[in-house]
Amino acid sequence: MSTKEWPLWEVFIRSKQGLSHKHVGSLRAPDAEMAISNARDVYTRRSEGVSIWVVESKLVSASDPKEANEFFEPSDTKIYRHPTFYDVPDGISHM
Amino acid sequence: MDMKNINLEDKEREFQAKIDADIRIEPNDWMPDSYRKTLIRQISQHAHSEIVGMLPEGNWVTRAPNLRRKAVLLAKVQDEAGHGLYLYSAVETLGADREDTIDDLHSGKAKYSSIFNYPTLTWADMGTVGWLVDGAAIMNQVPLCRCSYGPYARAMVRVCKEESFHQRQGFEIIAGLANGTPEQKELAQDSLNRWWWPALMMFGPSDENSKHTAQSIKWKIKRETNDELRQKFVDVTVPQAEMIGLVIPDKDLKWNEEKQGYDYGEINWDEFMNVIQGNGPCNKQRVDARRNAKENGMWVREAATAYAEKRQAKKAS
Repeated sequence: MSTKEWPLWEVFIRSKQGLSHKHVGSLRAPDAEMAISNARDVYTRRSEGVSIWVVESKLVSASDPKEANEFFEPSDTKIYRHPTFYDVPDGISHM
Repeated sequence: MDMKNINLEDKEREFQAKIDADIRIEPNDWMPDSYRKTLIRQISQHAHSEIVGMLPEGNWVTRAPNLRRKAVLLAKVQDEAGHGLYLYSAVETLGADREDTIDDLHSGKAKYSSIFNYPTLTWADMGTVGWLVDGAAIMNQVPLCRCSYGPYARAMVRVCKEESFHQRQGFEIIAGLANGTPEQKELAQDSLNRWWWPALMMFGPSDENSKHTAQSIKWKIKRETNDELRQKFVDVTVPQAEMIGLVIPDKDLKWNEEKQGYDYGEINWDEFMNVIQGNGPCNKQRVDARRNAKENGMWVREAATAYAEKRQAKKAS
């Protein structure tokens, strides 16, 4: 008897046209096509989606949470990238 | 003390500080082994409860009184399967093996909610299960939407959205019977009599006897204690029963003006422990049904694997 496990798939759903796909969870399925049809039954039973992406979990590369502080630090120190950094005189509008 | 232990203590302190600041823990973040183990145990048992929970209701699918009731019951049972799958997905983010956790259910090593070891004897039980069992489940699950572990909390948000349909459909059934003929009302009352106490037991042992509660609250896995949740459940459910003319089977039940809540009678904890230990009316039947589903359904999985491999080979050639 084959007890070979089905691979794990990450599921992404576009809830309506105009929005991007968003991660909703994962499931196991023997191939992409069955993963998509299982994802429909598991994650869109109440019209939550108009489009589904699945990607095998092992193919996802991620940043390392242990290094998150150092990794994202460059943007933390550049407050001049935000509009609130700048003084705008009273009376100036449309800016 | 060696460096390794100092390091570990620092990490644990940092971890608790994150929890205290209400920063969610995500799958690849560092976490104490005991936090991981507690979550694997709790989430997998929660998943098993959803899956085993399909059985008492599945029992009535073929005998639902009309097509509307049947379609609703099927949708509800399908939701329970979905809830189990969200939760198995969450437990896998902790590095647990899905099939191992399922095998633990089948071997009796893992538990599931004690309530599903009671039989659904009449159609009225479909009402009571939705009203009380799903009602108690919602009470338990709403605070879990703010659980410190991200994937569990997110799964709970989905589950809670769907549970409220479950509770309402159950209440509709029981209210219909309670307002029906004397025989129907009797059916509803009998069902409430059988399910009330087991529903109260769903919240688990009283706080003084709950070995996991204190640590789980500190880790913000749990946000409220068993007794707090049980009290809330009693307080919201009693007026619902009164509204449809049913009597809660507890002679000690009475409004306590001072605490602005109901006092209720002593729960039979011997019965609770007995059911947890495997001696409830349906324990064996439930686990046998799950084991049977895996073993005798294995050919479906194998066929799906073979089909996927065949198509892959065709594509490659």
